[in-house]
Amino acid sequence: MSWGSWQAFWAMGGYGGYVWGAYGAVAAVALVETLAVRARLARARRAAAQKRRRP
Amino acid sequence: MQAISPTPSRLRLFRYAAPAEFYRLTGRAIPFVAVLCAVLAVAGLYVGFFVAPTDAQQGEAYRIMFVHVPAAWMGMFIYVVMAFWAALGLIFNTRMSAIMASALAPTGALMSFLALWTGALWGRPTWGTYWDWDARMTSTLILLFLYMGFMALHSAIDDPRRADRAAGVLAIVGVVNVPIIYFSVKWWNSLHQGSSITLGSAPTIAAPMLAAMLVMTLAFWAFAIATVLTRARAIVLERERDTEWVRALGGTAS
Repeated sequence: MSWGSWQAFWAMGGYGGYVWGAYGAVAAVALVETLAVRARLARARRAAAQKRRRP
Repeated sequence: MQAISPTPSRLRLFRYAAPAEFYRLTGRAIPFVAVLCAVLAVAGLYVGFFVAPTDAQQGEAYRIMFVHVPAAWMGMFIYVVMAFWAALGLIFNTRMSAIMASALAPTGALMSFLALWTGALWGRPTWGTYWDWDARMTSTLILLFLYMGFMALHSAIDDPRRADRAAGVLAIVGVVNVPIIYFSVKWWNSLHQGSSITLGSAPTIAAPMLAAMLVMTLAFWAFAIATVLTRARAIVLERERDTEWVRALGGTAS
């Protein structure tokens, strides 16, 4: 599949808004969920470490 | 504060061994799964956008399929796995089962949300509408509500063991919705197209399209495994805070 130009690639044959709206949502969800679970694990680790210092 | 348990020490050791072992093993495995996810996603997107040809009927809009189908499959599959762990938890009262069910719910909810969102953006240019109250779409919306109900019920009950049981029953009852979603395009007249891939018959789409969809599905799998296991590790630490093995982790507990 050759697009010819980046402009043609981003335009997606006139469906750019739909295609990138879908892929953008997937990327946003993947990013936010990754950060959220990592933050939750870091929080749980900190709480456990605090408990060790002051039992 | 010492964890107080009426059970003999041998039994207690057995009870605490599972979460400790889980925490240790997943700590090693998750980075590999995350890298695998990234590699698969790059490969799948490359095939999907630069190898797969333009669809004769739908033009470029069909490329939404490469994220829509994996998200919809994962939404259903994660629900079945969640109900399976919930059932194990209810039957055997094992600690890790309920933790796995709780860890799966948010990822499953996000997958079914993405299935609905990408489906709407695919439906508009191909069917002329973002949404229709037909069987496939309505049952997928119910799937999203079941996940949200599971999470809401679990967080509404303070005692984690009771929350596990109540939400577990909800998860098991809701599993009836999954075959309804899967067979909805056969059972009812639906705007939604039939399956491109059916077990036991040849796929109805071109080889690079199929390849992109399957590789993206594997990427979604790896993503779900990495995020669910990371969330499960966090829940393990939150719940096992007072146990010997968490104290023994030392440092910032890797």
